[in-house]
Amino acid sequence: MNNDLILLGHGSGGRLSHQLLDELIIPQLSSVPVAGQNDAALLNIGGIKLAFSTDSYVVDPIFFPGGNIGDLAVNGTVNDLAMMGARPLCLSVGFILEEGFSKAELAKILASMREAAEAAGVAIVTGDTKVVPKGKGDRIFINTSGIGAVEHNLHIDGASAQVGDKVIVNGCIGDHGIAVLSAREGLEIDSGIQSDSAPLNGLVADLLPLGPALHVLRDPTRGGVATTLKEIALQSGVTITLDEKSLPINPGVKGVCSILGLDPLYVANEGKLLAFVAPDQAEAALARMHRHPLGKDAAIIGEVTETSAGKVQMETLVGGVRGVEMLAGEQLPRIC
Amino acid sequence: MNYSDSFRDKELVQGLARRIAELTKGVEKPLVFMEVCGTHTMAIYQFGLRSLLPPQVKLISGPGCPVCVTPNSYLDRAIALCRLPDVIITSFGDMLRVPGSSSSLMEERAKGADIRVVYSPLDAVQLAAKNPTKRVVFLGVGFETTAPTIAGSILAAKAQGLTNYFVLASHKTMPQPMAILSADPDLQVDGYICPAHVSAIIGADAYRFLCEEYRVPCVVTGFEPTDVLQGVEMLVRQALAGESKVEIQYSRVVRWEGNAKAQAMLADVFTPFDAPWRGIGVLPGSGLRIADKYAEFDAELAIPVQVEELKEHKGCLCGEILKGKVSPFDCPLFGGKCTPESPVGACMVSSEGTCAAAFKYGR
Repeated sequence: MNNDLILLGHGSGGRLSHQLLDELIIPQLSSVPVAGQNDAALLNIGGIKLAFSTDSYVVDPIFFPGGNIGDLAVNGTVNDLAMMGARPLCLSVGFILEEGFSKAELAKILASMREAAEAAGVAIVTGDTKVVPKGKGDRIFINTSGIGAVEHNLHIDGASAQVGDKVIVNGCIGDHGIAVLSAREGLEIDSGIQSDSAPLNGLVADLLPLGPALHVLRDPTRGGVATTLKEIALQSGVTITLDEKSLPINPGVKGVCSILGLDPLYVANEGKLLAFVAPDQAEAALARMHRHPLGKDAAIIGEVTETSAGKVQMETLVGGVRGVEMLAGEQLPRIC
Repeated sequence: MNYSDSFRDKELVQGLARRIAELTKGVEKPLVFMEVCGTHTMAIYQFGLRSLLPPQVKLISGPGCPVCVTPNSYLDRAIALCRLPDVIITSFGDMLRVPGSSSSLMEERAKGADIRVVYSPLDAVQLAAKNPTKRVVFLGVGFETTAPTIAGSILAAKAQGLTNYFVLASHKTMPQPMAILSADPDLQVDGYICPAHVSAIIGADAYRFLCEEYRVPCVVTGFEPTDVLQGVEMLVRQALAGESKVEIQYSRVVRWEGNAKAQAMLADVFTPFDAPWRGIGVLPGSGLRIADKYAEFDAELAIPVQVEELKEHKGCLCGEILKGKVSPFDCPLFGGKCTPESPVGACMVSSEGTCAAAFKYGR
């Protein structure tokens, strides 16, 4: 095999992405070990604590049920800041446009970006636009970077999960991935599923009063809930045990997944967060989520059961137990 | 509760598991049942069914994942085809990661080959119609469940008068490898969990000769947890009573005679041949190639290419794993040199492969 090539799986957010980070990108660019990485960097500049994050958006198709690449680019970076418990302040935006792209479509995307920024309470303050020749890009790619203010003294970190913690998700999983997949050419599935793309900073602000009981916040985007939980398990050195019957999943998502042979645990989300909360505050956290429009379907889906080298397991619907690993390569539909 | 949830009812499943435990109480030598379909392998891992069964019942996986049994030589030919400038390769997704002798389709795609994942062979026919200057090749891999849809695509291409649609056919058929496994003196199989959807096409009667010649119980079983455990219970009862007959657990779908229309389509478009199975070898009459009257759609005949010399991967136990003789955990490459990202053997590639299932759910 030729190991020099970058494959699509290197961008899936799963094991291949981690390998690329571990073996090439982090050693070359950063002194921070992978285990210390979170959704955003924490900076302390003259006593002022900031969170700083960046993300690029290459979704295909660019318009899908429930959103488009524009609101995704705003919400995605807002959420990465929010997962540090930060209050997002401002964003930058970079566009890479392919020659021949439609101005009307760009206008539609820009309007969505503006709306999303207003909804999240952030300002888009600087930007850049480049155009590449026809065939050298795929219509439009967007990068956003963001800065947020860290106004708490909590230690919200992927490495902070503790035995006994309850794992809470704020709603149904897999909606974004299935909405995008069903809009893709050639599939023609009318699943009725909308992307869950949404800014989570408001919901996080409602959780911060829980104080030191709030241990981990992470948004399960690419690679889905399974991959994100495995990352947290590895970072914290714990075993996470999920309860399959408590996973909130839309019937439409269940249906599409069973037709295509996908596992909703590995399907991307864009408006979901996983919170690890000390057991005595878990019900309070759940109640806070239930009061927020983005948390009305929130549920406790599992708990941290023991210290280990980093393991995720699930008690299945029928009472069996199985392991849960990171997404390997791309999630591909089954063959028969 | 909706229709499909009722087959995943915890109380029903645990009740079945308890009954199996009671039936097998005191049985000294564990009963070994083989599931020959990859979807069963996945369901058993996905629902953690092994953890519910008593030690007296052992489930092993057989050669029922179509990607896993596709030989290197087939991949090498597909890779040679994708390097032709006017060829578009279309395939179900799983084939892309299967390693050939020195490359894989995913790697060729990264180098610029036009390789597209489709969800139905009819999409490939449509692609051919839209691209008259290209030759569109569909990788026809699978058992009797997928073969009729591929036969249908050839008939559709013929009806549309297309001359640029081809199939590289490597279809396998089911009962024959089970006969080979049954005759293997090194292998103890006390019963077969027979495939669900393959049987919907070929009919449950197809397994009768196994029961008669090899005295082995066969139960055609569905894919839901209650199906699998009920199938296991039926096998346990037969094995303990010394019986060997075909039973249909999956009676909501499978008939004794199968689907006559699909069978007629297969007989029209394909001809049985002695197919090579990865890790097992050539099995007489165990595959389907394109019949002579449709030869113009056969990529192997219509598009001549130089195929590289075959190299098998050393140390890979796929063959033994496909026969159910060893478990993935016994393979020295499992989880080390061979992972879903860089698979050595095909059992690690397909989402339905025994090693991939063990890697994802079983550790």
